[in-house]
Amino acid sequence: MISRIDKDHSRFREIVRGKIRKNLRKYISRGDLMSRKGKETVAIPMPSIDIPRFTLGGNQRSGVGQGDGEPGDPVGPGQGDGQAGAGQAGEGEGQKSLEVEVTLDELAEILGEELGLPRIEPKGTESLDTQKDRYISLRNTGPESLRSFKATFKRALRRQLASGTYEAGRPIIVPVREDKRFRSWRTDPKPQSNAVIIYMMDVSGSMGDEQKEIVRIESFWIDTWLRSQYQGLESRYIIHDATARVVEREVFFRTRESGGTMISSAYKVCAELIEREFPANTWNVYAFHFSDGDNWSVDDTATCINLLRNTLLPACNQFGYGQVESPYGSGQFIKDIRAAFPSEEKLVTSEVTGKDDIMDSIREFLKGGR
Amino acid sequence: MAPIPPYLRELQAQVQGYADDFGLDYFTQVFELVDYRQMCEIASYGGFPVRYPHWRFGMEFDHMLKSHTYGLSKVYELVINTDPCYAYLLEGNSQVDQKLVMAHVYGHNDFFRNNHYFSRTDRRMIDVMANNASRVRRYMDRHGVSPVETFIDVCLSLDNLIDPWAVFRDPPAAKRQREREREREEEDDDDHRVGRLQNVRGYLDDYINPPEFIEKQRKARQEKREATKRKVPRQPERDVLGFLMQHAPLDAWEADVLGIIREEAYYFLPQMQTKIMNEGWASYWHSRIMTERALEASEIIDYADVVSAVFSAGAGQLNPYKLGVELFRDIERRWNVGQFGPEWDRCDNLQARTNWDKKLGLGRQKLFEVRRLYNDVTFIDEFFTLDFCREQKYFTFTENRRSGRLEIESREFLKIKNSLLGQLTNFGQPFIYVVDANYLNRGELLLGHRHEGKDLKLDYARDTLRNLERVWRRPTSILTLIDDKPKRIRFDGSEVTISDESEAFRV
Repeated sequence: MISRIDKDHSRFREIVRGKIRKNLRKYISRGDLMSRKGKETVAIPMPSIDIPRFTLGGNQRSGVGQGDGEPGDPVGPGQGDGQAGAGQAGEGEGQKSLEVEVTLDELAEILGEELGLPRIEPKGTESLDTQKDRYISLRNTGPESLRSFKATFKRALRRQLASGTYEAGRPIIVPVREDKRFRSWRTDPKPQSNAVIIYMMDVSGSMGDEQKEIVRIESFWIDTWLRSQYQGLESRYIIHDATARVVEREVFFRTRESGGTMISSAYKVCAELIEREFPANTWNVYAFHFSDGDNWSVDDTATCINLLRNTLLPACNQFGYGQVESPYGSGQFIKDIRAAFPSEEKLVTSEVTGKDDIMDSIREFLKGGR
Repeated sequence: MAPIPPYLRELQAQVQGYADDFGLDYFTQVFELVDYRQMCEIASYGGFPVRYPHWRFGMEFDHMLKSHTYGLSKVYELVINTDPCYAYLLEGNSQVDQKLVMAHVYGHNDFFRNNHYFSRTDRRMIDVMANNASRVRRYMDRHGVSPVETFIDVCLSLDNLIDPWAVFRDPPAAKRQREREREREEEDDDDHRVGRLQNVRGYLDDYINPPEFIEKQRKARQEKREATKRKVPRQPERDVLGFLMQHAPLDAWEADVLGIIREEAYYFLPQMQTKIMNEGWASYWHSRIMTERALEASEIIDYADVVSAVFSAGAGQLNPYKLGVELFRDIERRWNVGQFGPEWDRCDNLQARTNWDKKLGLGRQKLFEVRRLYNDVTFIDEFFTLDFCREQKYFTFTENRRSGRLEIESREFLKIKNSLLGQLTNFGQPFIYVVDANYLNRGELLLGHRHEGKDLKLDYARDTLRNLERVWRRPTSILTLIDDKPKRIRFDGSEVTISDESEAFRV
């Protein structure tokens, strides 16, 4: 039976979720969540969930206290909440500002609901999961072939000892039906992942700290959401300035580098990566690239377009390009590739001008549900 | 929930025996043993096993369970004002703790039974709350959970707008009867006397009391009388909830829900009015029962450990337990040695004052008298003396606007006392009246806030007006002072506006 308080509690959680949804933009654009992993909870400060009343507030906190000290001395830290009259010592009360804890997965789920993102259907090769049976426990019924001799023998011995039919001189154990124990299995899904997401990020000098932050946050949420959708999803991270390299997830979300911009370097690494590890006929490949679009040269852009046309787009389910507006204005690259692929479905482009656009940009990228 | 095991029953019999020895007068006391989850559940329901469904109980529960789990706080005692009186013991507490809680609970029980302010509360509130809950559930089944819950939110937002003295006054019918009588008398009395100055020399009458002036006065008075006759309410009314129940255009179920919230608000009111006294009284008795009778030598350290936490007077916090218990002890001492009355007040010889002992031994008697007749405001007003204030090192603190930290402001006795009384007056809530239910002849509801030195919290006031509009279904306003300027805050159904007023609201 669900107790009353649990119902009230879940109503409360619902309200909290509603509040989170309302302010999702704000929470999504918070950078400090990025150090967390999926199952970890994050504390989200809530605009107070309180019942408004006509109360005395005034503009200055004051009250009556007790203890030593001269006028002008500070009252100890964390004491006095302005309503000293309520005095909360020794009681289980005293909630003022509210911090609710949600897991990142929950947050991603709310994000999904709020954006109306489709659940991504894995396509291409058969199933994502394979199953593996593991024999780990016993049960009372089962086929003879799975009978566990040891357990059955022990039960029978115990029964005979207890009922006094066991003779030490003639130790014959005869199991009856109740004694029999059979090995039993559990089916563990073993993720056979065949989807990979490749994130590429421009960390060149023209990307200001704010731009990098935006890119990190955006790819973080895409990553979190996609991970909550796929079991055992592979992901790879590439950072580039004038040269590109594959890095760890942690590094991707934290490095700050600077240098020139050669987008083609990243695309080359990406193409090699796909060829080496994720052949297109067995893998679903999703690639996202974020940059300020300020590419080094026209030639390099041409190289990029070539790479996209000949290698990347055929290999990927979707290629997302997000361009962040930098202090030097938005780059040319997005226009170039839009011009080069006017009606290419697999290529999704999105422009991000500030933190507030992150949500829309994520929607742009993921609404296709490829 | 379970009845208590034999060893606790024995303990209860023992503690009850001591309570009898000390002359406590209590309702039949029932203890229940609960685990910490149940404790949090019951505590979030305010001590009652069944309340109407509402998310705020869930929020309380969430919070309590978390602080319990992280060891931040612990619900020690939970006792409710009913007959028989129910209290809950936490499973797994040590024997000393249980003993302490029991002794404490007998103190509360005695207070509930004997304090005047509790005399009009319904002692069968468990049943009443359960009935209320099932009615609310029925409304939820019929009208949907969210509309009912939202309406409860609205009602709760107004539940501090009640009249603490209403329960001690005549029932409304008798009140109206008396008002009519007074009006009739007023009409009967001689209109010519209005505004007349006393005049012993008859021939000067026309000069001292010019007929046209008298006529004007008489007219003015009549107009005023006519105006109030049609006015609803006649006089500013403090029981806003009661007023809304009678006059707001509510559906039957809405009126019932509002009534439920009002009933429960009135039930909990005395506990807010006597917080310091109630805790002080219970603490006074647990400390006497424990230290004089119940404690065994081996338990003293544990006892002292718990009690020191309960009485800890954090520098910036007012601890009602501490303040209450010290005041009761002070009263007992003073009345034992006779440090009261005009003679004591007049004496300003320090030597004489320190050695003052008339060996009256009235302390005990006075204690029981105080617990019967006082509430927090009168308690502090009468017994929070200069000597007590000095001895207990009280101070007022205030926020330093520049640094944002709280600083000790003053150790001046009057300031401290005024601040204390200010916090306690009207159980810490603003005085709010219904002034006019047909404001500007447009059916708008006008409330008035009697300003006592502190402004209303503005953002809350705005939202509360919105909720009020939901009940009244016409624009609502409240008169108040903001930074010493008379203002009217109004919500017209779409936006909140604040406008200047010529005069502040007064009663």
